[in-house]
Amino acid sequence: MGWFKRSPWVLHYNATSCNGCDIEVIVSLTPLYDLERFGIINTGNPKHADILAVTGSVNEKSRQVLLNLYEQMPNPKVVVAVGLCATSGCVFQDCYNVLGGVDKVLPVDVYVPGCAARPESIIDGILKACEILEEKYSQRKKTGYPAAKE
Amino acid sequence: MNTIHEIVLNWGIFERMLAFVLLAPLVGGLLAGIDRKVSARFQGRYGPPVLQPFYDAFKLFQKEKIIVNKFQDFNIVLFLLFTIFSGALFFAGADLLLTIFSLALAGTFFVLGGFCVGSPYSHLGAEREIIQQVAYEPMIILVAIGMYQVTGSFKVSVIAQYELPLILYLPGVFAGFLYILTIKFRKSPFDLSMSHHAHQEIVRGLTTEFSGSTLALIEIAHWYENVLLLGMVYLFFGFNPWLAVFVALATYLFEIFIDMNYARFKWQLTFGSSWLFTAVAGVSNIIVLSLMR
Repeated sequence: MGWFKRSPWVLHYNATSCNGCDIEVIVSLTPLYDLERFGIINTGNPKHADILAVTGSVNEKSRQVLLNLYEQMPNPKVVVAVGLCATSGCVFQDCYNVLGGVDKVLPVDVYVPGCAARPESIIDGILKACEILEEKYSQRKKTGYPAAKE
Repeated sequence: MNTIHEIVLNWGIFERMLAFVLLAPLVGGLLAGIDRKVSARFQGRYGPPVLQPFYDAFKLFQKEKIIVNKFQDFNIVLFLLFTIFSGALFFAGADLLLTIFSLALAGTFFVLGGFCVGSPYSHLGAEREIIQQVAYEPMIILVAIGMYQVTGSFKVSVIAQYELPLILYLPGVFAGFLYILTIKFRKSPFDLSMSHHAHQEIVRGLTTEFSGSTLALIEIAHWYENVLLLGMVYLFFGFNPWLAVFVALATYLFEIFIDMNYARFKWQLTFGSSWLFTAVAGVSNIIVLSLMR
């Protein structure tokens, strides 16, 4: 009945971001943007989360943490790459220490562009992610439970 | 209201229990939704829909089950069952002491659920939950003792229909009960074990390892518990049902107001202040009452 669309809980992880996008993610919870009016909660616990919002160009140190967080989230789950670093690596993509984007590690469902991403576009991206969450749920119901490891 | 009151009076024990089991989650969930809306308005936000807690619970039931070990869910189911049991006893008009003790037992199973997993955050939350229980439990028992001193009975049905206003005899006990209600409702400054706001400190405390439908059961148990506690507020004003319902709702709004205005206390301050308040307000009230009689 579309309950995922009404109550998506977001886990935010900073994968070596410059903090610009992180501040914008937090800003979207403030009175001006108020993410909670959509029922969205910024949770700190992967086991409660439906959406993983990742900022920053992932490096070798944060890679394992990111994988751990993703694997601890119960299905159905969606990954949102917030900001240009998370989508492609941005100006850091040629650096030797950077993997260049979340999609090198996890299957990303929504890319939110911007350096730093605007709160409006973050909210847009997360609401888009809610629709994908619904799709994933109905697919799971139809085809049965997919393998835990992808 | 008076006709509703009479209809309820004509019901048998099992009808009242059934009414509680079916209606309490609806009322509790609605109250939780109002809580979130009012909290948001206090902070200058628009806030989620009033039915949001129900959406959350339905969603959690649709999530994948991840179980750390087999005892985890067993404890939570017992927590829910004993919470429902104590609420059903209360609204059936049975013994107030039995209600209080089975509520304490429910809380114990919740703590055991937190201890049976490996996460250090969960353990820390469970330890804090025990401290909270030790902090509030004396005051809850004093409520029962005070009501017995005035009415001469531990039966909820007798206390609820007592024609003199209990609040005039037990103002201190009521004040002490208000103080520990903040702990029971899991509001700031006493939301040590599992805060709804700001998951940074100990992630989510006691509920860190619970996900999906088990987390939904914890929420539902909390709704049942809230309705039961507001029922205990009702008893203080049982001489006038209208006033009693009004005060119960006002108490809930008051707790939200407190929640919005305080930062979190340390556990030492939580424990010390609630025992001090229990002694000053609760015990002194009961001593005065026993001297007057």
